[in-house]
Amino acid sequence: MTKKLVCLALACLMALVSVSALAANYVNVFNWEDYISEEAIQLFEEEYKDLDLHVNYMNFTTNEDMMVQVRTSPGAFDVVVPSEYCVERMIKEGLIQELNYDLLPNAKKYTLPELLDPSYDPANAHSIPYMWGTLGILYNTELVDDEIDSWKWMFDEKYAGSVFMLDSIRDSMGMALKYLGYSMNTKDPKELTAAANLLIDQKARGIVKAYQVDETKDKMVNGEAALALVWSGDAEYAQELNDKLAYVIPQEGSNIWVDCFVIPSTARNVEYAHLFIDFMSRPEIAVLNVQEIGYSCPNQGAIELMGEEYTSNTTMNPPEEKVALCEYFNDIDEGSMKIYNALWGKVKNAK
Amino acid sequence: MTSFQAPAWSVPVLIAAFVIFIGLVIFYVIKSRGIRRPLFAMPYTAWVALFTVIPCLLIAYYAFTDAAGRFTLDNFKSFWDSDYEMNRELIEMGMDPAELGFGRGTVNVDTLVYSLWMALLCTVICLALGYPAAYIMADREFRLGATIVVLFIIPMWMNFLLRTIAWMSLLEDNGLINNFLASIGLPRLRLMYNSGAVLMGMIYNYLPFMVFPIYNVLNKMDLKYSEAAMDLGASPIKTFLKVTLPLSLPGVVSGITMVFMPSVTTFFIPRVLGGGNTEMFGDLIERTFLTANNWNVGSALSLIMMVLILLSLGLLRKVDPEGEGEGML
Repeated sequence: MTKKLVCLALACLMALVSVSALAANYVNVFNWEDYISEEAIQLFEEEYKDLDLHVNYMNFTTNEDMMVQVRTSPGAFDVVVPSEYCVERMIKEGLIQELNYDLLPNAKKYTLPELLDPSYDPANAHSIPYMWGTLGILYNTELVDDEIDSWKWMFDEKYAGSVFMLDSIRDSMGMALKYLGYSMNTKDPKELTAAANLLIDQKARGIVKAYQVDETKDKMVNGEAALALVWSGDAEYAQELNDKLAYVIPQEGSNIWVDCFVIPSTARNVEYAHLFIDFMSRPEIAVLNVQEIGYSCPNQGAIELMGEEYTSNTTMNPPEEKVALCEYFNDIDEGSMKIYNALWGKVKNAK
Repeated sequence: MTSFQAPAWSVPVLIAAFVIFIGLVIFYVIKSRGIRRPLFAMPYTAWVALFTVIPCLLIAYYAFTDAAGRFTLDNFKSFWDSDYEMNRELIEMGMDPAELGFGRGTVNVDTLVYSLWMALLCTVICLALGYPAAYIMADREFRLGATIVVLFIIPMWMNFLLRTIAWMSLLEDNGLINNFLASIGLPRLRLMYNSGAVLMGMIYNYLPFMVFPIYNVLNKMDLKYSEAAMDLGASPIKTFLKVTLPLSLPGVVSGITMVFMPSVTTFFIPRVLGGGNTEMFGDLIERTFLTANNWNVGSALSLIMMVLILLSLGLLRKVDPEGEGEGML
């Protein structure tokens, strides 16, 4: 008898919990891990207390994982933060809806003009930038006495055995393609082969010390190599720990990436999703997020608030003419990806 | 790059397998009129079926199908010719692969040969280092033996990734060893980012797997045999060669198995200590699955690896049919 009573009590409790969950309003945010300021979320919930609005924050670790989740769980997410090449793919697959800019006054007002109307999403119909960054060379001014302004130094025998490459196909191949004067998004097998041969030659001449990803920033802090191909976020991290390091976007141009807010077509709380995105676009809130994450800020208002400290930092805030040289990665079709992968295998196993 | 999705039939198959399993349990209980001892083996059997047999079958399924799920042997052609898929793509685009300088791509086969060679070196060196160590540790007159056993075990409490990363801070150009050399006026050495460092990392990680089976056998060995040999006038060297060594062979065989198998499939160590400059077969499989997102070719590579390991196990079984050495681990 007591057992039955306990069961009944538990059932009632569970029902109560689910009812209260239904009463509250949720914005289901699907974002990278550690990619938002906790304080910003709290402020958002406080601001919309009268709507009883709560943020349900969920994480993913790769764009590909995120795509699978969005495809297979319709209605689970209201705001998602994909990278730009995935925005392109999600538009193609009809996974995301157009944004209503009447509900996004801040986003419209503050986004940097050079990031607007991008090739991956014309007129920003579906996406608004959240964070961005570039690919470039991080170098140690104690070990390098040349003016590093070009990718050519990554192939120079002077720095043999002292160059770190990225163990990442698109980035390393992209660097070689840019050096040869081609687009990072080329699908021409001749250009791709030329780029791969350049990388094989670079390795055969003993210029590359290692292909790695996460280890590079700490090793550059320790002075393990003179030059390294890095993303600006990692460069900023390393420069904070070692003031002998400098970051540059070479004159041949490079890659620029943007992580964007989008709203899935199956979102249940479209209005709240807009509220969330617009709140995160308020300058003072964008400042919180940028300071938490350490990537480049797409929000003009936030940049003004941060002032000299941000604008004088050329890693986070590269000059406009350098940004203009950079290309977004386009989504690459499966056939070309096969060519990329076979060529990359040759590079990785060249002697 | 399409992301992985399990074939549509996998869910019904899993449900069917579960129903069959429950049915078997009920059938068994009814047939033997009550709960008998063998029933307790059922959960383990189900566990092995679910997490070992079914994944192996899935690997075989992916190895023999293409992205659309049709039967094909192309994945094995891709093993032999790593440029196979690229060349097919080029021909589809109306280009001649030969014009771009592509024929048969040897990346996959070369990597396999390199992995086998490294594994062989690692096994031989582990045996040369491990046998004397085990012999001394098992010597009953050597009092520190038990202490050394513990010293061998303690590092294994730490995760192997962590131990490998720790080697990095020793071997780096600005690492502890090189800073020490520089401070006493010696030139710095290139210790990392090469095959030698990878081999060292492998030996470091796998040496205990050679030492313990041999130690186990030597430790349990009846001293009467060698005493008898000595009493009958055999010299210590002859006693070792004619009595101790043959009796310890089962331990040697299982030591070789325990070192060779993980050596061939090594990954991560080449990336950390070798600076990603040369891939081993494990890295190749990982890259094929995760970077190239090609589950079919990746499965074919895994299957080839599995067959190779099975073959070498079969060979070793001939030497040690009872598998006596595999006690301790």
